[in-house]
Amino acid sequence: MLNKDRWKEIIEVLSRNVFRTLATAFGVGWGIFILIILLAAGKGLENGIRADFGDIATNTMFMWSRSTTKSYKGLPKGRRYNFKLEDVKAINDKVPNLRFISPRNQLGGFGGGNNVVRGLKTGAFNVYGDYPEIIKQEPMTITQGRFINHNDIEAKRKVAIIGEGVKNELYDKGEPILGTYIKIQGVNFMVVGSYKKKNNDGDGEEGQKEIFIPFTSFSQAFNMGDNVGWMAITAKDGSSISNLKERIVNVVKENRKIHPEDKRAVGYFDLYEQFNRVESLFGALRWVAYFVGVLVLLSGIIGVSNIMLIVIKERTKEIGIRRALGEDPWSIKKQILMESIFLTIISGMTGIIFGAAFIYGINAVLDSVGPVDMFVNPSVGIGVVAVALMILIVSGLLAGFIPAQSAIKVRPIEALRTE
Amino acid sequence: MIEIKNLHKSYQMGKNSLHVLKGINFSVEEGELVAIMGSSGSGKSTLLNILGMLDELDEGSYTLDGVPIKNLNETKAAQYRNKFLGFIFQSFNLINYKTAAENVALPLYYQRVGRKERQEKALKYLEQVGLKEWATHLPSELSGGQKQRVAIARAMAAEPKVLLADEPTGALDSKTSYEVMDLIQKINDEGNTILLVTHEEDIAHMCKRIVHLKDGVIVEDKKVDQVRAEQYV
Repeated sequence: MLNKDRWKEIIEVLSRNVFRTLATAFGVGWGIFILIILLAAGKGLENGIRADFGDIATNTMFMWSRSTTKSYKGLPKGRRYNFKLEDVKAINDKVPNLRFISPRNQLGGFGGGNNVVRGLKTGAFNVYGDYPEIIKQEPMTITQGRFINHNDIEAKRKVAIIGEGVKNELYDKGEPILGTYIKIQGVNFMVVGSYKKKNNDGDGEEGQKEIFIPFTSFSQAFNMGDNVGWMAITAKDGSSISNLKERIVNVVKENRKIHPEDKRAVGYFDLYEQFNRVESLFGALRWVAYFVGVLVLLSGIIGVSNIMLIVIKERTKEIGIRRALGEDPWSIKKQILMESIFLTIISGMTGIIFGAAFIYGINAVLDSVGPVDMFVNPSVGIGVVAVALMILIVSGLLAGFIPAQSAIKVRPIEALRTE
Repeated sequence: MIEIKNLHKSYQMGKNSLHVLKGINFSVEEGELVAIMGSSGSGKSTLLNILGMLDELDEGSYTLDGVPIKNLNETKAAQYRNKFLGFIFQSFNLINYKTAAENVALPLYYQRVGRKERQEKALKYLEQVGLKEWATHLPSELSGGQKQRVAIARAMAAEPKVLLADEPTGALDSKTSYEVMDLIQKINDEGNTILLVTHEEDIAHMCKRIVHLKDGVIVEDKKVDQVRAEQYV
């Protein structure tokens, strides 16, 4: 099937009318080019948005308390309540497949006044009371020292881990920070480490201006009792937090004597659901890219089919001669199909190469002008190229099928009669 | 070699049916050189097409080298054509983007003969028709007589049982015609069976037997004394 003579003939036939072959090839190459570009653009957007999510454990929900909106068990509506530490334990006991439950308390916040003092310097920072697990839910890099550990929690040590932003405001450049003290709302904490968060755009600066102290020390120092401000809950890989959140909320409602139908008493944010929504957007984008790309490709394929029909018309007599000399009709059909597939694949591969070069160029430009919002490293994987090749082979077959059929339909005697 | 009994063939032309061959009985022995003559419309080309399995008969029987030829599908017909028959056409019908040698080797390619052997055989037959040094030339670089000789070499290459020539000299001047006939006679001398359609008297008399067709029937079938073409070359 792939012998030298066939190849020679394919090349001979296609090179007989070079301009026509090139014009036809352009149609297919263009289609694949568009397909590749669209897929790469979609990938670039996907990469960009994924980078915004960063390393945050996406299978996570955040939960905070609000006011009740229904009266229940003799308690009035509009009641403020707090999560308690026992709720954390209850959730842990009653809901399976949870990886981390991190109760958190917080001081300061957006637009808050100065709450941290060191010597003559002051600053307004978010101060969190946390368990050690939080670093796995909200990843950060420890640049010096260490993060909170369980000894800190048990001993209620007054230690703090400060962000790079905090360090810049409270310390001189190059000044050692480990072992120094900062005063948070009048209470001294020893700095035992510093962290840096990966850049989540927009909040980038804010994210570096946080101070983490052990949850237990926080409760004691700032008179929280066993109150819990909010929780970050991460499910185990393989089970989604979206499916578990109902049960978690119900446990809390039961413990806090909230009406089971009260939908607004417990506030929560399901990161996983958001993430999934974005994921399905990517899926839709990919689908659109394939759809448009394949449609553009289709017009190229029709061009190939058209040209093959013309080639057959031109070669009617030749085909007649060959059949008179005893060529098997199947062999003729095979020849035409192979010409068609060859033309499609060669032009398609050229399109892929140009597409890749184009993407390479875009990446080079992106690198030189610096990061662009929501667009990172547009690319297509080898899998996409394989899919594109499959599409090409199939379309080459389709393009050649009708012409090949019409080629063997001509009876040799009629073919020979055409002068 | 060829045995035809009560052959009928008609063509459907719109509502009218045109009865072209009206009961032909005809046989050819091995080694014969037969000229089929007739004016245009006498049915001689139709007869040749049926003999060449390019067309199907309506009625009667056709046996070629002991093999009954009927109800062939295209694949089978192609096989038989390749194995039994060699064609020589009036307009040469060489494939114009293939060299002389490639044209000659074509029937061998369809027989799946290996590349090397194909080339050797093609050169051998080109040598026989005196065109060995033209082997790598394209048909467009050859004269009419040379083209026809390449076509004859191609017809011979598959070593067929019968050579069918449809007005082989129709497109050539008389000098070249005689050269081609000389070649055909020599091939016949080697024992090959040849059928030749022509409407030229002198060409017909260079065969050993003349069959006259008129209005779809054989009106005359006679053996003649062969005129050798050599003397005119």
